[in-house]
Amino acid sequence: MKPFTYERATSPKDAAAKAASAKGAKFIAGGTNLLDLMKLEIEAPEHLIDVNHLGFDAIDETADGGLRIGALVRNTDLAADKRVRRDYGVLSRALVAGASGQLRNKATTAGNLLQRTRCPYFYDVNMPCNKRKPGSGCAALGGVSRQLAVIGSSDACIATHPSDMAIAMRVLDAQVETINPKGATRTIPIAEFHRLPGDTPHIETALQPGELITAVTLPKPIGGTHIYRKVRDRASYAFALVSVAAVLQKDGTGRIAVGGVAHKPWRVEAAEAQLPRGARATTAVLLDGARPRPDNAYKLPLVERTLAAAIAEAKAS
Amino acid sequence: MNYTSLPKASRRDVLKTGAAGAAVASAGGSTALASAAPAAVPPRAKVGMTVNGKPVSVELDTRTTLLDTLREHLHLTGSKKGCDHGQCGACTVIVNGRRINSCLSLAVMHEGDQVTTIEGLGSPENLHPMQAAFVKHDGYQCGYCTPGQICSAVSVLEEIRAGIPSHVTKDITQAPPLDTTEMRERMSGNICRCGAYSNIAEAMAEVAGAKA
Repeated sequence: MKPFTYERATSPKDAAAKAASAKGAKFIAGGTNLLDLMKLEIEAPEHLIDVNHLGFDAIDETADGGLRIGALVRNTDLAADKRVRRDYGVLSRALVAGASGQLRNKATTAGNLLQRTRCPYFYDVNMPCNKRKPGSGCAALGGVSRQLAVIGSSDACIATHPSDMAIAMRVLDAQVETINPKGATRTIPIAEFHRLPGDTPHIETALQPGELITAVTLPKPIGGTHIYRKVRDRASYAFALVSVAAVLQKDGTGRIAVGGVAHKPWRVEAAEAQLPRGARATTAVLLDGARPRPDNAYKLPLVERTLAAAIAEAKAS
Repeated sequence: MNYTSLPKASRRDVLKTGAAGAAVASAGGSTALASAAPAAVPPRAKVGMTVNGKPVSVELDTRTTLLDTLREHLHLTGSKKGCDHGQCGACTVIVNGRRINSCLSLAVMHEGDQVTTIEGLGSPENLHPMQAAFVKHDGYQCGYCTPGQICSAVSVLEEIRAGIPSHVTKDITQAPPLDTTEMRERMSGNICRCGAYSNIAEAMAEVAGAKA
């Protein structure tokens, strides 16, 4: 690990200002992903700003009947919140499908959204990776791509976003609240928060330098049957090969977002219009334009079958 | 076991001596590098926390993890370093009532925290019920993962009692049942390469008063 200086942030605005002005500064909250990457020197911040004492650890009801989740609410506490379990079951399900109990106790809501890909070539510092070292190339293109993206990828990057929570946040139309170094706040729809790789896969979100996430809000509940179905190499503590977050209504309509297939949570609203016609028709629109590689072409039928299982589960409930 | 009968030179002392010997042997080779690019002194910071009920205060290189602080600075070597990346769970300790991977946490971030390690759960003379159950059910073979397994197991039972749902909870709007399916799922962050899992599950079930 490279040496770094450390400070505890005293206010959100000051933290944002310091992050924008201090050389090589980064925020740290749960640290479960950042420290892992720092040990491998994939991340090498020169200054760490510990934001753990800024509050942002409550889940409050909003005026329009939704929930405002503080950026520092731990994954365990978000999954266990009675209102989340009752009204946003897909979110609770996605959270407990991810990581281990120890990690969920430390990992935060904002940190979960900001976690980096688990592409093996991003992790291997001896390999080229445009995300780790812009302009160096993408070793995954000619490498083992079994876990990697099938849609929305580019010739510069075929990494996937690893989060389960973010897939549920996408299906729930969550919004990300931030504060910038000048103290101004803004709200970013989750659909616009994560980016596709394009030519700049090292830029992963819409956040500007120093911008700090303060909360994630959920609109009022939409009812329906909430399902998070995750397919992985082992039954627990593994990243998704494919996952489906679904909120399905009795009349066959609904919303779906898919994980494990793209650089961001993958949702296509036009595909949802096909839900009453079934998984095949829906997947045809959802994955239109997919560019799988020989190693990961299995993900296309796997999405369809996982969605079919989710639809069947909703009908049986 | 009678711990007073252990030989004076422990395996740990032998390892320490070996490491010092290696450092001396390589010193000649590293001198040129050191003089060519003198390294800046890595930043340090002070942190105070309570470990197993005792207040401690240490000054550390900011890079020091909670695990390395416990093992190398406070000499509480029960918590183990397996992968050092949060994948194996050997470093599991309980901080402010919650189990965490101490390898994925910086010590300087634990100002004022209450830390409980395996040494704080029980002693050879006065075992924690979970430690006693691991002994009774043979919940280990080599023992390396065991401190992490026990810290995790104690926390898992509390998490189920607190109503925290898991991936295998059928109805997440209800309190999860205190059964072996729940316990096994929740222990997935603790790897045991000897494969003592079924005995660990039996030990946990006994402490929980559940059927294995």
